[in-house]
Amino acid sequence: MADNIKKFLYVNRRAPYGTIYALEALEVVLIGAAFDQDVSLAFFDDGVFQLTKGQNTEEIGVKNFSPTFRALGDYDVTKLYVEQESLDERGLTAADLQEITYEDEDDDWAEKPSLKIVSRAELSDIMADQDVVLSF
Amino acid sequence: MSTLHTVNKSPFATNALASCLNHAKDGDTILLIEDGVYGAATGTTLADTVTAKVGALSICVLSGDISARGIDQKRLIKGVTSVDYTGFVKLAASHDRSQAWL
Amino acid sequence: MKFGVVVNEGPYTHQASDTAYNFAKAALESGHEVPRVFFYHDGVNVGTRLAVPPQDERNIQKNWTALAQKHEVDLVICIAAAQRRGMLDANEAKRQGKDADNIAEGFRISGLGQLIEMGIQTDRLMVFGD
Repeated sequence: MADNIKKFLYVNRRAPYGTIYALEALEVVLIGAAFDQDVSLAFFDDGVFQLTKGQNTEEIGVKNFSPTFRALGDYDVTKLYVEQESLDERGLTAADLQEITYEDEDDDWAEKPSLKIVSRAELSDIMADQDVVLSF
Repeated sequence: MSTLHTVNKSPFATNALASCLNHAKDGDTILLIEDGVYGAATGTTLADTVTAKVGALSICVLSGDISARGIDQKRLIKGVTSVDYTGFVKLAASHDRSQAWL
Repeated sequence: MKFGVVVNEGPYTHQASDTAYNFAKAALESGHEVPRVFFYHDGVNVGTRLAVPPQDERNIQKNWTALAQKHEVDLVICIAAAQRRGMLDANEAKRQGKDADNIAEGFRISGLGQLIEMGIQTDRLMVFGD
């Protein structure tokens, strides 16, 4: 990997809509994608709520940004780590989350999952292997 | 390779400190700042959890935030060190990365 | 060493912008560099020149402006976050047809790319928020 490529991790520990942090974090991810860095996203604690299916914001009058996660693959953002323990604590399973995929250009554009469910220990290792950690 | 974690929330308000303790790796440093410093006091329901991590992790508090909140140094959990802003900068420089537990 | 600093909360309600300031000041006084500070989320409100805090309180905006002028720190306010919250520089006010602007001396408005660039170009990135 070239010297000028850094490992960027976006840490998402907050639920959507109650505060703007999740949305504005996603805006950074989209802009950051243009910089060709090695990007990962971590979803744990309440951050896992950002990825749930079936979000409908019509009544609260706030933009539903959850479909944007499904577009991340088009921006070459393909590593979305979700912590298993955080799902368990909140009564969620992988089936409650949106399906988020990307097309792997190195594998004949095969469709692959971007969401990677990892254990707390695995997530700790991933976080300890970054150059830049952005929390929102 | 080690990480400087900063926690700025009272452990009685959010799970930031608990989550940080669950994810930090041996050799990392946790610096408690702002309302996070309440996590370094003895006699709380969390004191045992924090005490158990002292050693594997280095746990520090920002001195200005301790004084501002009227927490006497004597009330700090044994092994917790107090640093000023210059010490904070030194910690940030001596770890490979910094992670804020907002 | 080069430190990048991110401020994610507004002044006075949260301590984050104070801690970020004290950190940046200590870093600069220790001989390190702080080439840029990036203000995001409500942190953009730190850069208003219209705040009038009581005289016996610190003036957070003026402290940042003075630090930036003394040490050549680039104080960048995120444009997307700023527009949502009514923070405009003269150019942006004109472009959006608004009758006023409110960016303090020493601050400038720019894109989120400046945050990523800061992460790439500095040795350590420090985030201060709620």
